[in-house]
Amino acid sequence: MDLPFLVTQSLSGLASASSLFIISCGLTIVFGVTRIVNFAHGSFYMLGAYLAVSIVPRLLDLHYSLPMFLAGIVAAAVVVGLVGVVMEVVLLRRIYRAPELFQLLATFGVVLVIEDLVVTFWGPLDLMGARAPGMRGAVDILGNRFPVYQLFLIGTGVLVLALLWLLMHRTRYGVLVRAATQDREMVGALGVNQAILFTGTLFLGSFLAGLGGALQSPLIAANSHMDIAIIAEAFVVTVIGGMGSVPGAFLAALLIGQLQAFGILIVPKATLVLVFALMAVVLIVKPWGLLGRPEAPATRAAPEGIANLKPFGRVERIAAVLALGVALLLPVFGDAYLVKLGTEILIFALAAFSLNLLLGNGGIVSFGHAAYFGIGAYAAGLLAIRLGMAMLPALMLAPIVAGLFAALFGVFIVRLSGIYLAMLTLAFAQIAYAVAFQWVGLTGGDNGILGIWPPDWASGRTAYYYLVLVFAVAAIAALRHAIYAPFGATLRAARDSAVRADAIGIDVKLYRLAAFALAGAAAGLAGALYAFANGSIDPTLLAIPLSIDMLAMTLAGGIQTVIGPLVGAAAFHTAKDFFMPLTDYWRLLLGLAIIAMVLAAPQGLAGGWARLRSRFSGAPA
Amino acid sequence: MTGDALLAVSDLTAAYGEAEVLFGLSLELHAGEAVAVIGRNGAGKTSTLKRIMGLLPARAGTVRFAGHDITRLAPYRIARLGLGYVPEERRIFTDLTVYENLEVGRRAPQAGRSAWTPERLFALFPNLAAMQGRRASAMSGGEQQMLTIARTLMGNPRAILLDEPSEGLAPVIVEQMAAAINDMKQSGVAVLLCEQNLQFATAICERAYIIERGEIRYCGTTAELAADAGLREQYLTV
Repeated sequence: MDLPFLVTQSLSGLASASSLFIISCGLTIVFGVTRIVNFAHGSFYMLGAYLAVSIVPRLLDLHYSLPMFLAGIVAAAVVVGLVGVVMEVVLLRRIYRAPELFQLLATFGVVLVIEDLVVTFWGPLDLMGARAPGMRGAVDILGNRFPVYQLFLIGTGVLVLALLWLLMHRTRYGVLVRAATQDREMVGALGVNQAILFTGTLFLGSFLAGLGGALQSPLIAANSHMDIAIIAEAFVVTVIGGMGSVPGAFLAALLIGQLQAFGILIVPKATLVLVFALMAVVLIVKPWGLLGRPEAPATRAAPEGIANLKPFGRVERIAAVLALGVALLLPVFGDAYLVKLGTEILIFALAAFSLNLLLGNGGIVSFGHAAYFGIGAYAAGLLAIRLGMAMLPALMLAPIVAGLFAALFGVFIVRLSGIYLAMLTLAFAQIAYAVAFQWVGLTGGDNGILGIWPPDWASGRTAYYYLVLVFAVAAIAALRHAIYAPFGATLRAARDSAVRADAIGIDVKLYRLAAFALAGAAAGLAGALYAFANGSIDPTLLAIPLSIDMLAMTLAGGIQTVIGPLVGAAAFHTAKDFFMPLTDYWRLLLGLAIIAMVLAAPQGLAGGWARLRSRFSGAPA
Repeated sequence: MTGDALLAVSDLTAAYGEAEVLFGLSLELHAGEAVAVIGRNGAGKTSTLKRIMGLLPARAGTVRFAGHDITRLAPYRIARLGLGYVPEERRIFTDLTVYENLEVGRRAPQAGRSAWTPERLFALFPNLAAMQGRRASAMSGGEQQMLTIARTLMGNPRAILLDEPSEGLAPVIVEQMAAAINDMKQSGVAVLLCEQNLQFATAICERAYIIERGEIRYCGTTAELAADAGLREQYLTV
């Protein structure tokens, strides 16, 4: 490795850092002011790329020149900025005071909607953007060739940073944004109309996302998966830099860019693991990121979750017995389809129930619960295929593996709270996903591993259904016991006031860590059961969409109730299984349903039942 | 009291969730006047100001300011009508400089009124003049308190709600504070002051209300209150 090589390598690291910064700073500015982590930011990046693919060639047809190219890039970014404005006015404005969980879910609903709309509008094929006139070549740097366009990207990143600095420090708008980042209520009490401030901020943030996407369009073909990929990276940048901090985003993007540029020379296949290691180190030293600040406690709406824990009344007991009876008799009266559906519902019911141990009972907003489901599935699959282990021992070991990973990740996660915690759960889930995706030798990469079947005695649909029934019901009963036990009550105390729980001698972090490990193990069992039910494993089992499905199940059932997630899992999975084959717009419908649920019925199905019951019995809710 | 008050609060109730804190509270503030609301910790002083400012949700009762019904207006609209708010916790923007803090508060004055400028405010609070470019996080408590008041004055309010500005400050700073608030009053800004410190209130206000458990228990001049030991004993001593 000689000096010229190191220089060009470092420059290409700078170029990717520059792109990453342009995207991430938009996310962090929007978060700083609105306190909403905008999942749709990645979708805006994707929109920017697609729009540039459509707009730039038309302008170049008029006049083939660099200014026309740049005009096309800016026009694409402006359109995306306007889409952000629409989202603010139509959706975000209604949920500024909602708990962070609902905010995240609502913006993820937008992700699903935009994904389907993009495919409808631009088609399923990858589209390459036009290249910049006059920037197609390379220049000579110390004897090595380096693409001009990459140099242009570096310059653009620095320019954006400089312009943002001027905007934030030299204009009234910027001063108001920085003030609102710290205390938006006070800014309002001083006479500033927050609605306009927020709308302007959404324009700025979305513009930057669109700009980032448009600038990438000559390098990376626009495709309908780039939203999730980039949002995960942008999350990591904001978590490392400190959420809400523009200089922090710049610093983090620089670090990650260099780490990837040089890391790829040392460990070619594990660049994502390096990024993870960096994140872990930063968070050990500074839990709120390099330049972030701790979130002020109690800036959120009152904690929602399981309240008024009551043992089963007569109605519930009869319902539970009936449900169990139906479950037991399902293979008798049901056809093969129903048995398959029943198996999956039981598995997801367990996963959703384990999620609600964290969510409703612990107030721990996990946005990456699929990670533990997936780790369980991979553990079971790998043990069975690579080590030739029998199914039952694999089913026993998989939850332990998932629980251990949950404990490992949990050590970092439980140090944080609120939205920061949610971001970190998501970041860890993305790491797990990346490992499954990149470590082809072990995991089979994108293709996954096939041929994970139960032994003969359990291979029949009905036999395996009963096996799942035994495992799932036992695990759910155990988790339910934990919720009713002092362990669960302690978690609820810590949820309602971590400070007060701490003051009466509860080691809040330790309890949360235990809950995290327990929930991870239970989700891992669900994943292992799923692996043998499906016969295969692949990275989608750890991916964000599955985490969102689990959240949707839990919320549809209602996180205020213990049993709600089971109802939600049954309703959600049945609906998904029924509607998905019938429509090309499943994601669009799901997205709209999630948004509608957040806006209209945040208490979910079972929560609605509890309200209805209390209304008729005259007792207060 | 007549109906031409600048700020008229009548039968106001307020609650944090289920916990009610104000029970049918009424008070008035006239243009150019300084009035104290005096009471112990937890009596409802801060809640009264927050409810007036729209920072606590409306329940029953009305708040009128300068001829407008502001009961259900958003805080920024109330501020734009000319009502300033200085919170107890100060809530300075610590990432911003002193000058930038003032900029956040800046609003054009209403027609026919002279505007507060940073220069005028630095004359009122000389301590701030020397630290215009300093980050607010690097200021002492007293300096931060002065900055909060100056920041609110940048909005050119006709009346200002002051929540315990003397709290936690050294006696010499409290004196400076009282002098500055009196200067401010001379320039025509009406003051509604929440206080536990009767001496401080007497130095600024002509009239006083005593608040206890979310209700007004007494209304009179500060001179009467200062002269009546029994009254003070009943409502104010701990």
